[in-house]
Amino acid sequence: MLQFIAKRLAMLVATLLVASFAIYGALYLAPGSPIAALTGGRTLPPEVMAQIEARYHLNEPFLTRYWLWLTAAIHGDLGESIPLHESVNTLIAQRIGTTLQLVLFASILIVMFGVSLGIIGALGRGVVDTGVLFASTVSAALPAFAAAVILQFIFGVYLGWFPVLGTGDGFVDTIKHLTLPAIALAATSTALVTRVTRTAVREELDREHVQTAVSRGLPWSDVVRRHVLRNAAIPITTVVGITIASLIALSAVVETAFALNGLGAYLVQAAQNKDFAVVQGISLVLVVAFVVTNVVVDIAYALLDPRVSLGSRAQ
Amino acid sequence: MSIEILDPVAEVIDNAPANRRLPKLGFLGWLSVAVIAIALFFAIFGPMLAPYDPTLSNLSYSNVGPIAGHPLGFDDQGRDVLSRLMAGARTTIFGAAFVSLIAIFVGTTLALLTAWFGGKTDTFISAALDVLFAFPGILLAVVAAAVFGPSLLSAGLALSIAYSPYVARVLRGAALKERAMTYISALEVQGFGALRLTVRHLLPNISALIVAQGTILFGFAMVDLAAISFLGLGVQSPNADWGVMVSEGKTSLLQGYPLVSLSAVFCIVSVVAAVSFLGDRLESSSRGGNR
Repeated sequence: MLQFIAKRLAMLVATLLVASFAIYGALYLAPGSPIAALTGGRTLPPEVMAQIEARYHLNEPFLTRYWLWLTAAIHGDLGESIPLHESVNTLIAQRIGTTLQLVLFASILIVMFGVSLGIIGALGRGVVDTGVLFASTVSAALPAFAAAVILQFIFGVYLGWFPVLGTGDGFVDTIKHLTLPAIALAATSTALVTRVTRTAVREELDREHVQTAVSRGLPWSDVVRRHVLRNAAIPITTVVGITIASLIALSAVVETAFALNGLGAYLVQAAQNKDFAVVQGISLVLVVAFVVTNVVVDIAYALLDPRVSLGSRAQ
Repeated sequence: MSIEILDPVAEVIDNAPANRRLPKLGFLGWLSVAVIAIALFFAIFGPMLAPYDPTLSNLSYSNVGPIAGHPLGFDDQGRDVLSRLMAGARTTIFGAAFVSLIAIFVGTTLALLTAWFGGKTDTFISAALDVLFAFPGILLAVVAAAVFGPSLLSAGLALSIAYSPYVARVLRGAALKERAMTYISALEVQGFGALRLTVRHLLPNISALIVAQGTILFGFAMVDLAAISFLGLGVQSPNADWGVMVSEGKTSLLQGYPLVSLSAVFCIVSVVAAVSFLGDRLESSSRGGNR
């Protein structure tokens, strides 16, 4: 097991190294000089240009700059936004809380509704099951931005129950502001979790050990809890982990739709303004979060299911 | 798109035992086919059929609801919504088709390479794909927009790159299974070359799965492309595109006039639902009775 974890961690580090190189390299290739944004098209005396170049290490060769950026990033310094004259760390720190709250809120919704609806669908046959299937089919086809727009109209504009834009202050107000975004973010994933849960529970119900337990006369609730759900938990945990990881990138769409001051929305803004240091910094943070979540899911899967052959990648 | 892609499935299935006929589509299946056919029709002819110029704005009609001759009314710029929907079908549908075709092509090639050569090639390509898995499609598209400027092309290429590893991983398994079959080694012993064996024998035998993957990807691509256009990093306003229309209509929606956004959302959701329904059907039938 330790060897498996060590191997996954080594792969994690390698992946992050290559990914960081790709992020840095891609933006290095972008046409246009980063100084242009700073000077606003004015021609500066060569001494001033040289000074600016030296300050942002623009005169160094590419690999040196990458190395400087990477070592600084590992030490927790993501550089400085050239157009804004502000540290990328500060810019990220102001916004990461909103994104974390949003993703956490959506994850709770996914686990709560996805798993319970899946179990209800699997155990209750007939109308209940059809209802669950129908609801999950509809919400699976609803992309986050579409869900956002529909929720904003129904619960924001038409019913006026929730605010449609902005982040809010204080705990209750924040929850109120984040409810619709979290639902929009969770919609597709909840449907996915519901379906996987339903299939997993169904499969376990048909297993021989469950029939044995029933024929031994164990109470139905015990059978479900101890023999069905326990075994079904393995695929469910995996799919929950993977979908939660996918929320990290998707949060950009929901944050933009609800004008939330989060990392994703800011990344989109920075991409439009060609603020490369910010794009690099936020992309790196998001990729790290995404990859680390996936590795945690992999390891959790191996821990939960002793049948997983530890040599291969858990999928 | 799906009309054409049904053919290879039918071909594969026709050679098969009697229990693997063309999957019974049922009412929902045929409804999906109809929705996709209509979407395809408008993707090809929409811009020509649009009754009004989709980018011609007339501010005196800003946010005017349905009136005679304009069944879906006008957006906040006073542009005819129906015309914009019809014209916007083109970038929306063909953009997604472009993404899924490239991803399928790259993914299939990688899968066949890894399955055929195995060993170091497999290890190397699989490791490279693992790195690509670290980039969610939307993130890659946002970075691409920062580098190359926001456009449908940069978004589409970024998504194709992001999807390829998923295709490669699914197909690699199927190709490996097929590679291990005795008929392949029999042909190998007879001296047939690698290219002929992969293209003439491996590829047709996993083609049903490839078609299913392509269909499923098309749905994902439509959603993600629309999301990127919604973010303002894909198709650029004033060009008509369903994703752009959702985002343009948002101001009006918040003022209580939702028709623009919701009609575009309706178009996207119905096509995506139809495509993913068919894709699921194709996938289960391609895995189901198979080997």
